[in-house]
Amino acid sequence: MSDVLVLVELAGGGPDRLSAEALGLAGGLARALSVEVHAVVGAGSGDADSAASAAPGLGAYGVATVHLVSGDRLDAYAPAAWAAAVEGVAEGGNYDAIVASGSERATEVLAHVAARMDLPMAANVITIEPGDRWKLDRQRWAGSLIEEAWLDGAPRMFTVAPHAVPAMEPASSSTAATVVSVAPTITDGDRRARIVGHEVAGEAGVSLSDAKVVVGGGRGLGSAEAFAMLDELAELLGAAVGVSRVATSLGWRPHAQQIGQTGTRIAPDLYIACGISGAIQHIVGAKAAKRILVINTDQDAPIFKRASYAVVGDVHAVVPAISDEIRRARGGG
Amino acid sequence: MRILVLVKRIPATGGRIVLTEDARSIDTRFLGFVVSPHEECAVEEAVRLIEANGGESVVLTLGPPEAADQLRDAMAIGVDRAVLLETDGSDWDPYATSAAIADAVRDLEAAGGSFDVILGGNESADSGGYQVGVRLAVALDRPIVTGIKALEVGDGVATARRQVPDGADVFELPLPAIVTVREGINLPRYPSVPGRLRAKKKEVERIVPERRPGGPTLERLQLPVEKEQHVEILGTGPEAAPRVVALLRELGVL
Ligand SMILES: Cc1cc2nc3c(=O)[nH]c(=O)nc-3n(C[C@H](O)[C@H](O)[C@H](O)COP(=O)(O)OP(=O)(O)OC[C@H]3O[C@@H](n4cnc5c(N)ncnc54)[C@H](O)[C@@H]3O)c2cc1C
Ligand SMILES: Nc1ncnc2c1ncn2[C@@H]1O[C@H](COP(=O)(O)O)[C@@H](O)[C@H]1O
Repeated sequence: MSDVLVLVELAGGGPDRLSAEALGLAGGLARALSVEVHAVVGAGSGDADSAASAAPGLGAYGVATVHLVSGDRLDAYAPAAWAAAVEGVAEGGNYDAIVASGSERATEVLAHVAARMDLPMAANVITIEPGDRWKLDRQRWAGSLIEEAWLDGAPRMFTVAPHAVPAMEPASSSTAATVVSVAPTITDGDRRARIVGHEVAGEAGVSLSDAKVVVGGGRGLGSAEAFAMLDELAELLGAAVGVSRVATSLGWRPHAQQIGQTGTRIAPDLYIACGISGAIQHIVGAKAAKRILVINTDQDAPIFKRASYAVVGDVHAVVPAISDEIRRARGGG
Repeated sequence: MRILVLVKRIPATGGRIVLTEDARSIDTRFLGFVVSPHEECAVEEAVRLIEANGGESVVLTLGPPEAADQLRDAMAIGVDRAVLLETDGSDWDPYATSAAIADAVRDLEAAGGSFDVILGGNESADSGGYQVGVRLAVALDRPIVTGIKALEVGDGVATARRQVPDGADVFELPLPAIVTVREGINLPRYPSVPGRLRAKKKEVERIVPERRPGGPTLERLQLPVEKEQHVEILGTGPEAAPRVVALLRELGVL
């Protein structure tokens, strides 16, 4: 029998959010093929015990067998070492597909596995249809465009686009997964590129990706100095400040504040976009915003098509007026 | 020191993507072309490494004849040489792309010596394959770290930092090595007018690559379904401020 193998990353005793999404898509695929879902879980020596105790619980996520790969050669994360571990499991079984989440590590590890096995791989898949050739839909342009494509290879390899498919919900009653321990074969060469340290960043105020309210500024602000009024409004609202790429490439603001395809994805309740036109590469980073309020002089700007509310006008006049009005309201006047 | 940097020509799509009639590509008739921001940063990083250490930088792309423009953009900010793996402009999957680039790197290295560092973007902006760098590393048997935000190249070893939610993971890898970068690793310079003129006169070496079959094949492109959004105009100019504040109240933001 040819099964479906899923790379699962654990967090808090279960699959992390993106792995649960990969398990969701893989589960549908396994049903269509009438085969089982297997998981491969990697663990360094420090994590081996917690991984071993979490592994049977993956049964609730539709996993029949967990291949638990552990050993001290997985201690410091080395992408190629983890790939060697997955490759060992893949070659020890008979798999029709190997599926990974779209996390940075899972994507990188699967790319290594595909390259080592000299097989194709498709990234950021949102639907998969087995058949003579397998047909899939995947994201291009960070999700602004969908590609329908054919995927070959034995096994077929693909990653699942983050936050684009439903996560597998754990079943309330289920059979525990069978756990098989695997000792990986990892060479020194596989550990050439590896983590040698970790740096913790200092607290930097409201995090852009988690902020409930984001105040954004773009070319319409006209200068680095003009961002002071956005900082002021953000402070009044307890919001994070985000910017367009024009604001970062002109050196007005640091790249850490950039929203979009090559910046940060935001998911606030409200995004106040000031002097931003709404290029697809910007908007794709704000897709998860519940509402967008636009402040822009040009009512024909594409961002109006994505907005719930808008003020047509010059940011330099509108933004300070809003801050004044908030202060007045707060002052009890 | 020798550095190779990999870039891909892509359309600058602006506010809306328009597809061709057969839905197999983007209608680029009215669009300009650029390289991904990640790759612009890779080019800047290559130029800085050569400025600091001496040596030669080479920029390479696989794409249509017009991709010579993007190679010249890289030479305009200081890259020394350019190589074009010339295609007919059809979509090359990452499986075929990486194999052709690996072949070209072997030839370039046989002629001019090994590249200490090969730089690329974390992902191409248009197709987003997330793999060309890794495939190249496996083909050339070199270590790789993807998606980095800082790079130091020392004596025989590179140190790279990759951003994670609470800070950064620090990687070390022996040279020769491959790294793919994310925008934010540096702030790319703008080309000077003399730089542009110099780049215009430089030669672009052209190679016709062999296309390896077997990779994923594109069937059709499709725009994602967007929910219809009705925009409520709250007002014009600063006079709209009270309505904005009322809305913020209503939404529970204030
Ligand atoms: C591969 C790729 C990746 C990219 N990634 C990103 C990314 O991650 N993030 C990103 O933001 N961009 C990204 N871009 C760039 C993107 O395509 C746009 O160029 C950019 O988002 C435009 O920024 P902007 O809206 O500030 O500027 P513009 O497009 O110039 O828009 C300025 C807006 O301000 C308005 N305006 C002008 N003056 C005023 C005023 N006084 N008051 C009010 N409004 C005013 C104008 O009407 C206009 O709508 C990427 C591009 C590519 C090709
Ligand atoms: N056609 C190409 N020509 C040159 N480099 C490329 C090409 N395609 C991809 N690359 C490089 O590989 C990186 C990752 O691409 P991808 O695997 O397609 O996401 C890109 O950022 C480029 O640096």
